[in-house]
Amino acid sequence: MSLGEPNLSRRPDGAALFIALVLAVIAAVIIWQTSMMRVPPIQAKVGPQVFPYVIAGGLVLLSIGTALSAWRGQFPAREKDNYGPMLWIIGGLVAQMLLLGWAGFSIGTAILFAFTAKAFGRGPLWQTIPIGFVLAFVIWFIFSRGLQLALPMGPLERLIP
Amino acid sequence: MDTFGLLANGLVAALQWQNLLYALLGVTLGTAVGVLPGIGPALTVALLLPVTYRLDPTGSLIMFAGIYYGGMYGGSTTSILLNTPGESASIVTALEGNKMARKGRGGPALATAAIGSFVAGLIATIALAFLAPWVVKVALSFGPADYFALMVLAFITVSAAFGDSPLRGVTALFIGLGLGVIGIDLQTGQARLVFGIPDLLDGIEVTTLAVALFAIGETLSIASSRTQMKEEVLAVKGSVWMTLEDWKRSWGPWLRGTLIGFPIGAMPAGGAEIGTFFSYAAERRLAKHPEEFGHGAIEGVAGPEAANNASAAGTLVPLLTLGLPTSATAAIMLAGFQQFGLQPGPLLFANNAPLVWSLIASLLVANFMLLVLNLPLIGLWVKLLTVPRPWLYAGILTFATLGTLGANGAMSGRLGPIPFSFELLILLAFGILGYGLRRFGYPIAPVVIGLILGPLAEQQLRRALAISQGDPMVLVHTPIAITLYIVAAAAVLIPLYFRLRGKGAVLSQMASDED
Repeated sequence: MSLGEPNLSRRPDGAALFIALVLAVIAAVIIWQTSMMRVPPIQAKVGPQVFPYVIAGGLVLLSIGTALSAWRGQFPAREKDNYGPMLWIIGGLVAQMLLLGWAGFSIGTAILFAFTAKAFGRGPLWQTIPIGFVLAFVIWFIFSRGLQLALPMGPLERLIP
Repeated sequence: MDTFGLLANGLVAALQWQNLLYALLGVTLGTAVGVLPGIGPALTVALLLPVTYRLDPTGSLIMFAGIYYGGMYGGSTTSILLNTPGESASIVTALEGNKMARKGRGGPALATAAIGSFVAGLIATIALAFLAPWVVKVALSFGPADYFALMVLAFITVSAAFGDSPLRGVTALFIGLGLGVIGIDLQTGQARLVFGIPDLLDGIEVTTLAVALFAIGETLSIASSRTQMKEEVLAVKGSVWMTLEDWKRSWGPWLRGTLIGFPIGAMPAGGAEIGTFFSYAAERRLAKHPEEFGHGAIEGVAGPEAANNASAAGTLVPLLTLGLPTSATAAIMLAGFQQFGLQPGPLLFANNAPLVWSLIASLLVANFMLLVLNLPLIGLWVKLLTVPRPWLYAGILTFATLGTLGANGAMSGRLGPIPFSFELLILLAFGILGYGLRRFGYPIAPVVIGLILGPLAEQQLRRALAISQGDPMVLVHTPIAITLYIVAAAAVLIPLYFRLRGKGAVLSQMASDED
């Protein structure tokens, strides 16, 4: 997304222009959704539509301001990012999300734990996954038994009465 | 009953053994989490909120008070021993405190921070107890239009007045306001911006948003950074105790820091870090040895730390009396109240006086506990600082998802045959948003404050307009509202003037407003 260039360069900041576009799209979605609301006439005067329209209007102005700012290169300089570690973390979060429902808290969270450690350069996975599992299982036990939080259970958690 | 009587009743309640236990637990957990590098008070409070879910309101809020003060204290330990402040309000502490630690005076630096925090916390909490009933009395005469003006003022000071770019601050605020619209409209029961997703009917949880922006966003941005900082934790050498000379040089800054910090926190403007900057500047000017500043002057730790804690107690004034959160931490505390169906504000003082006063009293108790606990336990906190980063961030994400599941663990989403938690999907989405905000220099706090304060502002606006039957002039009809708008305009124009005169440096120093 970013070119990683210092903001002093004259050319418009592409990523910042993209932000301006996103803000405009959000404003459009708010206006579109709000206009589809059916409001009884008695509420129409200061009804539930006023505030969303005001916010959408504000977002349109901010989108224009962001575009101008991007054009002038006023956004702070950014360093070039490393996407590998990010993907490990996002992958870990997605894997945990999809595992929790049937494999339980400990297994899902073990994957998240190990993937995050991997993102920060600690591995290998066959070592970190068991560490994460033990930790997650202890946490599950403390929070679901001790503090009565409803945490997802899988086959392994069900072994504990 | 007068303030003394109410406070005494509160103290009796706070000193019951189970409440003492909650306070102790809160203080310990708050310090332990707050001391971890990269975790500020806002994230500490958000991460630990689920722990309090199953308690009764009083116990939960008392534990919360402990977490709040403990988190503030933990942050200062981090910034003295490690040059990366865990909270933006500790940036100034790091300036002199880290230099002191490098010269082998880490012990006295931590001690002056701890005792200064205690002195400031004590004075500021008592000031809170005496100021709050006054503000409540004034606030009871506020109409909806006045409240709306007050919220506009808070929006402006939080988003536009400080920070290096008003444009990005206001954008962050509007993202929060937009998120606040999602869900069922309280007054008409109509669904707004839910896109047919039943999970969105209840709106976006403030804690989910805060944990996502602070924990996931921060983890993503640190993991992706190519220039991962190499940090060394400085060992605490020699005595922890301060010499007579240290005491002599510290007590003035403690009191001045308190005097500077409390009013700044108590104003419906916000930002604990502003007070620390002022205090640092004041100590530098008043010091007998100004040449020591920048090389480990104890005044530069004592003053800002006191200011920091005093303004943390100060932010509770608008939060408790007006229901107005002026920092991300206060916004999460407001969410903590709301989970029990309590709405802070003048009516809370009237209807739930015992609860409010035991909360204020437990702030005093927590303050004492921190003083007694922390100096002897410094060795333990230092160990926590040395947790290697892979384990630290893996642990942070584990607890971030745990807290989110604890708040709402329903497996309501479905991807083919696989059920998943919709709340975790939201956490991931806002985590990526948080990364984007950081990357492009957007402040985080206005998003959180916009989400929680937006619906309240809308409610007041519509109430005011309903009373006036749609005439917008009602908004500028009372002297209170007009005054508040003038202050709000000044809050935008004065920094603008400084910026145009090329003095933006100080303002952008205040930019990293995360708590």
